[in-house]
Amino acid sequence: MTKGKVSGIVANLVVVKADGPVAQNEICYVKTGGLSLMAEVIKVIGDQAYIQVFDSTRGLSVGAPVEFAGHMLEVTLAPGMLSRSYDGLQNDLEKMSGLFIERGTTTEPIDFSATWEFTPLAKAGDRVVAGWWLGEVPEINLTHKIMVPFTFQGSYTIKSVAPRGTYKVTDTIATLTDAQGNDHNITMVQKWPVKRAVKAYTEKPRPSKVMETGVRAIDTFNPITEGGTGFIPGPFGAGKTVLQHAISKQADADVIMIVACGERANEVVEIFAEFPHLVDPHTGHKLMERTIIICNTSNMPVAAREASVYTGMAIGEYYRAMGLKVLILADSTSRWAQALREMSNRLEELPGQDAFPMDLSAIISNFYSRAGLVYLPNGETGSVTFLGTVSPAGGNLKEPVTESTKKAARCFYALSQSRADSKRYPAIDPLDSYSKYLEYPEVQQYLDTTIESGWVAKVMRGKTLVQRGKEASEQINILGDDGVPVEYHERFWKSELLDFVILQQDAFDSIDAYCRLDRQKYMYNMVLGICEGSFAFDGFEQCAEFFKELINLFKQMNYTEFDSDAFHNYRKQIEAKL
Amino acid sequence: MTTAFQKIYTRIDNITKATVTLQASGVGNDELATVGGKLAQVVKIDGDSVTLQVFAGTEGIATSDEVVFHGEPPVLRVGDGLAGRFFNAYGEPLEGGPAPEGEVRQIGGPTVNPFKRLQPSELIATGIAGIDLNNTIVTGQKIPFFADPDQPYNQVMATVALRAQADKIILGGMGLTNDDYLYFKNVFENAGALDRIVSFVNTTENPPVERLLVPDMALTAAEYFAVDKGEKVLVLLTDMTLYADALAIVSNRMDQIPSKDSMPGSLYSDLAKIYEKAVQLPGGGSITIIAVTTLSGGDITHAIPDNTGYITEGQLFLRNDTDTGKVIVDPFRSLSRLKQLVIGKKTREDHPQVMNAAIRLYADAANAKTKLENGFDLSDYDERTLGFAREYSEHLLSIDVNIHIDEMLDTAWRLFAKYFTPAETAIKQELIDKFWQ
Repeated sequence: MTKGKVSGIVANLVVVKADGPVAQNEICYVKTGGLSLMAEVIKVIGDQAYIQVFDSTRGLSVGAPVEFAGHMLEVTLAPGMLSRSYDGLQNDLEKMSGLFIERGTTTEPIDFSATWEFTPLAKAGDRVVAGWWLGEVPEINLTHKIMVPFTFQGSYTIKSVAPRGTYKVTDTIATLTDAQGNDHNITMVQKWPVKRAVKAYTEKPRPSKVMETGVRAIDTFNPITEGGTGFIPGPFGAGKTVLQHAISKQADADVIMIVACGERANEVVEIFAEFPHLVDPHTGHKLMERTIIICNTSNMPVAAREASVYTGMAIGEYYRAMGLKVLILADSTSRWAQALREMSNRLEELPGQDAFPMDLSAIISNFYSRAGLVYLPNGETGSVTFLGTVSPAGGNLKEPVTESTKKAARCFYALSQSRADSKRYPAIDPLDSYSKYLEYPEVQQYLDTTIESGWVAKVMRGKTLVQRGKEASEQINILGDDGVPVEYHERFWKSELLDFVILQQDAFDSIDAYCRLDRQKYMYNMVLGICEGSFAFDGFEQCAEFFKELINLFKQMNYTEFDSDAFHNYRKQIEAKL
Repeated sequence: MTTAFQKIYTRIDNITKATVTLQASGVGNDELATVGGKLAQVVKIDGDSVTLQVFAGTEGIATSDEVVFHGEPPVLRVGDGLAGRFFNAYGEPLEGGPAPEGEVRQIGGPTVNPFKRLQPSELIATGIAGIDLNNTIVTGQKIPFFADPDQPYNQVMATVALRAQADKIILGGMGLTNDDYLYFKNVFENAGALDRIVSFVNTTENPPVERLLVPDMALTAAEYFAVDKGEKVLVLLTDMTLYADALAIVSNRMDQIPSKDSMPGSLYSDLAKIYEKAVQLPGGGSITIIAVTTLSGGDITHAIPDNTGYITEGQLFLRNDTDTGKVIVDPFRSLSRLKQLVIGKKTREDHPQVMNAAIRLYADAANAKTKLENGFDLSDYDERTLGFAREYSEHLLSIDVNIHIDEMLDTAWRLFAKYFTPAETAIKQELIDKFWQ
């Protein structure tokens, strides 16, 4: 293996004089004070390797030995990852001793001594390719498939598969023979370089199924699909994290990856504290049991922040290859971009806009493209849905990270400062936000059959109502309450009704927080029915009075159990008012 | 201070306003050194060429001056003797007296494992309704005041600190005017609280780059009391804008490419490293950080408040209310992110809904005011919101309020009943049934 010595240091950028071949993005270890600090090669000039150290370089001096590992940054993929909490480099945080994360600490990502009940799915003689299911083990509530490692190229013939039984992850569970007649022993563990996309699938079709998040402003107005991509930009205080947490609790997915990337530690602590107790509304299991947390909070090493999003994506792709629905939530991708900027700056590269690296846009779209619905080699489907937040500097959506992400993601959930200021949560702007998936014929068809025929057209009518309400409100503000026809007030109040009842949702109310699709359909139809009716008010004050009372009744309805007596009681009161 | 093992050099190659470069070997990154009697820190090593940042500036330093490497990064001696003392940015006593004794700790130490943290759940009562009712603060939280320089943020902060019933208050003053320094000292002294206060102060009279050490000094002391002693520690950092300005000076002199508003590209990480020291510990101790970020002309899109806002758990805005002539905590722009952990749980059940309803009605009053200013007639509802807004501002938002949270809630219900119908408040029916006066 190549070795080297430190020859220069600026913060966590270290220059190493290497004595042999070095690869771009190769992992190496810097030895200092009895510690071994992990680092990644980011530039090579002659025999000088520029490395970013995933830890503080305090006390490091020139001449310190460096060992190159010969591989890129890898994740360990095996049963036993569910419900764990990792740092950006897949160290298990729970296994670390001590209150503080001391430098150079590493822990195993899975429990290598644990045993698993293996059931074979393939048999000797089968022709297989990378990602093929050889067998399965139960992992908490999921069936975890043991696959042909993603790194295997071409096709192989199974020589033998272990019989049903109890095995450790490192035991051989199958032997494959390649085209040259060489045998390969397969265990339940495989490794994968995180910055490469897993390509163990046959086709990547357009997504067609809507993924329920339980958030009305998303599901009803701008739905995201299984295998879709979306992003949530918003200034601080607009509720990005609250919205993401709500989605992580309620979304209809098999596996949820939460990547806390350069954000607040207390937000992750909230997940640690709540998820073991909260229940997945779809299965009744504990939320933590379907969740994996990747946690690189803002005070953890910056270089590992970049790694954290890739680690999350690679694990997500692994579970997708088992035919599962995976949802990856990253908060916030701006911090990742900032980590790139810090390093680009130290490398003295010529900066692009706002000092971000020139290839920021390419890096972001490349990353988002790893999400998607796939057909697996055996014909099954799996999906990775990716939803990232963006923290635009100064709340200005014209900054590089937002603009680059907008090119890559198909759903745009713009959180608006003015909605947040008036406490209209979730502050998703109904007019700026969009879901490209609503334009997909396959999605429209899916909604026609699962919700009701002509649903997308109905959603569009709602959007028009909001638009017209906004215009009316502007007119009222310019001309005064008396200066416009009563009909303007009616238009404004209809959009307010839609806003208060459908778009706004109380994420902290036990009932309102999660709204199932059937309930969304019911409420939306009821509200749209009222908005499309016509009224004859005597004056604007009567109009305002009427709608305020209506909104109040609808809100009480949102706070009560769907289809309960109290729910229908409010419905009757509303109908009586009409 | 010099010991036998320290390396001494007497030839400096390059001198800039803030840095010196010399040939030296065996030097560690971040290590401290004394350059011509002034404290400096290693910021760059390139082979044998070592660049040091001189905290007090390089004025008067000669190429022949002595450079002594200390062999370690900045440290603080931690012990109970810190309490009641005032120190400079290097941790040296400001008004004479012996240096504190105790264990030597490197400042800017490692991060608490997020998995070992506890969820903050203990309310800090300040008596100020603008905070307790609308923006409840919790132990382990980090929250700044966003204020224009003319606003009484230091006074409010001192009030909050004294009412907060913390075991220790650690003041980190950066670019504090001498007058403000004396103000803090007097207030703490008069309150008889001096023995639970530790101060690290860099005043406007000191070189600006020195203040880069202040937050780490203050937080190292805080970690000692919170982790080792299990105490509830409140850290006051004022003014973080001046800290960030010092970062910009250093990065500029090191020829780094500036990002937004001439700030270094690493500003977010630099600020996060400080604020994320706020923690609720499993042993019962906690570090709560209340900071000040001064704004220029109320502009929160500037890189300093903007990055701060993304790191801290909310922010408190002070504003002069022209209707009542009082300084209020602005209910629209202020936010405490951790309030959800305590309101309605550690406080009365009606707290969340009352808080939201009052702010929404106050927003309606703001709309009515705009209408009035534009010369339009006000509806009866508009008139009522204006009346409500005046009393809400006077009896609840004003910073001179000092009452218990239950009393704040009762006051809000009284104002609701005086000006509105239950339906207009849009509060859950079961709460209306229970609390409507």
